Amino acid sequence: MEIDLSKPILDRNERLAEENRRVFDEKGVFVLDLMASPGAGKTSTILATIDALRDRYGIAVIEGDIASKVDAEKISAHGIPAVQINTGGACHLESDMIQRAISALDLDEIDLLIIENVGNLVCPTEFNLGENAKVMILSVPEGHDKPYKYPNIFEISEAVILNKYDTVSVFDFDEDDFRSVVGKLNPRAPIFPISATKGDGVSAWTEWLAGRIDAARASAEEV
Amino acid sequence: MHEMGICQSILDASFEAAEAEGATRIKEIRISVGELTEVVDFALQFAFESLSPGTLAEGGKLVVNRIPAKSRCPSCGTEFEHDRFETTCPECGNPFNENIAGRELLIDSVDVEKDD
Ligand SMILES: Nc1nc2c(ncn2[C@@H]2O[C@H](COP(=O)(O)OP(=O)(O)OP(=O)(O)O)[C@@H](O)[C@H]2O)c(=O)[nH]1
Ligand SMILES: [Mg+2]
Ligand SMILES: [Zn+2]
Repeated sequence: MEIDLSKPILDRNERLAEENRRVFDEKGVFVLDLMASPGAGKTSTILATIDALRDRYGIAVIEGDIASKVDAEKISAHGIPAVQINTGGACHLESDMIQRAISALDLDEIDLLIIENVGNLVCPTEFNLGENAKVMILSVPEGHDKPYKYPNIFEISEAVILNKYDTVSVFDFDEDDFRSVVGKLNPRAPIFPISATKGDGVSAWTEWLAGRIDAARASAEEV
Repeated sequence: MHEMGICQSILDASFEAAEAEGATRIKEIRISVGELTEVVDFALQFAFESLSPGTLAEGGKLVVNRIPAKSRCPSCGTEFEHDRFETTCPECGNPFNENIAGRELLIDSVDVEKDD
């Protein structure tokens, strides 16, 4: 006997992502899901983004790691609310973890919630969290060939940050080839070369982000 | 990697459906996976072999239907299948197209057996 199901495999995650989305919309929170390999500079980029935008927006951060509180402590030391999620081995965040994490935050005070996903170029791509935008970081030392090897994350990201740009000559990073393959996978995504720890290029990225936040607000006010 | 979790979700949905029908065995689970997902057949089958023993799905099969990537060109209306690295419209050369297939992760149906 054949039972017809025809439903998403990740049905439960999708439903919880929609619930999160409703909560964020109600509270006017713009949510960024930031994805990258371990050590690509997610926390450094978040810190640089906080410095650039903290006067304009209330910011909070959710840190996803397999273990440890190190990253959340770095954010808290910056005077920004941070919640650490430890996935205990899981290679990506899921909507139910976000749902639990936001219960520890005062969403009324937050305009921009940045989620640092677990360091991984594969697994986070299939899981919606209720975010407004997924953005990825590739760091120069990882090499310009990464879009060939991990295409999905480049396809689904609304913008690509190229971090550790200060090391571009040391690693013989072929930026033309990188731009050409990212352009094929995702022709709409802007690429932002930055040095998160030195500050170069960060403002182009944060102005793009501010534009996305303001556009989301404007369209919410129309409704 | 994440295939374990995906396979567990497939099994959970299948058990729920099979139990609702009073089935005693799951013979086959059919799923559709788009070519643009990062889900690997081999890893899914490995997960199925590890997770199914001792359940209703023991000895059953996981059948994966791969769905090719497809986009629609908003300027000329052409719908075309494509490779992941070449998404330009073959008719008019427009590089900005809407993806319409290839991201699926669906459970289609479950084939079960009942004791009479
Ligand atoms: N030269 C250089 N180093 C950087 C830059 N950004 C980050 N780093 C260094 O890269 C290392 C990792 O940075 P993190 O920001 O912790 O990276 P992450 O992606 O958050 O790492 P995990 O959370 O552990 O996956 C640190 O030693 C940073 O100082 C940059 O723009 N240039
Ligand atoms: Mg970090
Ligand atoms: Zn066309």
